[in-house]
Amino acid sequence: MPRVKVARKSTALDMTAMCDVAFLLLTFFILSAKPRVEDPVTVDIPGSVKEVPLPEEGVAVITVGQKKTFFSVEGTEIRKQTLQQMGEKYGIQFTPQEADKFSVLPVFGVPIQSLKQFLALDADQRSKYKQPGIPRDSVSDQLFNWIRESRIAAKALRNLELRVSIKGDAKEEYPTIKEVIAILQRQEVNKFSLITTLRGASK
Amino acid sequence: MAELDTSGGGGKKGGKVRSKKQSTRVDLTAMVDLAFLLITFFIMTTTLNKPKAMDIAMPDKDENQKQELAVAASRTLTLLLGANDKLMWYIGEPGKTPPTVENYGKNGLRKTLLEKKDEVQKKTGKFMFVIIKASDKSIYKNLVDVLDEMAITNIESYGIVDISPVEIDLLKREKLY
Repeated sequence: MPRVKVARKSTALDMTAMCDVAFLLLTFFILSAKPRVEDPVTVDIPGSVKEVPLPEEGVAVITVGQKKTFFSVEGTEIRKQTLQQMGEKYGIQFTPQEADKFSVLPVFGVPIQSLKQFLALDADQRSKYKQPGIPRDSVSDQLFNWIRESRIAAKALRNLELRVSIKGDAKEEYPTIKEVIAILQRQEVNKFSLITTLRGASK
Repeated sequence: MAELDTSGGGGKKGGKVRSKKQSTRVDLTAMVDLAFLLITFFIMTTTLNKPKAMDIAMPDKDENQKQELAVAASRTLTLLLGANDKLMWYIGEPGKTPPTVENYGKNGLRKTLLEKKDEVQKKTGKFMFVIIKASDKSIYKNLVDVLDEMAITNIESYGIVDISPVEIDLLKREKLY
């Protein structure tokens, strides 16, 4: 009796479709990924248990480290508008090229008087340049005005209430933080966020 | 699905010599492997990198003075954040009740907070109010830790207030300033 032979099938699968999907997803993730912003000073973020993810839009971050403060705000248009308003306030005219450069600058910490020179540097020089931080004193009031102008810009352009958050170094002494909080309170920002990392509750 | 063999089959009919048709299929397994590896990498780095935040609300500066006396001293716990990762706490008014030196963390601050919270609740029937006073010698991490303990112990009423000279003296006595 002839045995029924089971046809031997090839185990190789057609991978084309899978490959397509994989690369499609890969492209999506690469394009949607935000490049990591390098902090101008080392900031070791303290941990906490209660966590709320920070929204993607409408966030202004004040980085505090080594007694210096740095400022950054999301959105290229908001940045441009903020720069323009700041220029008017301090009587400094920024060229469109400088505004373009500023709009892609993720974080900065220079007094507005030396912002022009800072923008003239290329990316490599800029990362080497030791940023002195934005002055917090009440005479020039620059940090106060940066926050204020960016809030105005965000409100005007996108009708967005800017969420101010503080990204502080864990080892930073409290007076610096106190100054920043006082600056926020002076413009009636009584609700703000502290950026933290996730930590287990047991510690 | 399965790979079709298209190479054979011909060549039976005529005597014409036909060049053997080569399969155009390439094994894509390795490529898919690589693609998924990269996808995993990008998912990990993007979503886990999202900054997390902790919201705090400060009292309005102008109304501060008016509200300060509104809470009874018997149910206020004051935390004084000092140097060297230590803090002091007392209930009531400064100087009248001796402060206790405490560590941060599970067995120190958290235990005290939970105990006192229950105590105050039983005694007065109202919730406890915590006043956080950070001295200039404390660091940012201390503040975040304390705020975190508030979240862990479910204390909803707390405020961050500037430290007074009397309290700095208390910290100095314990060499925490």
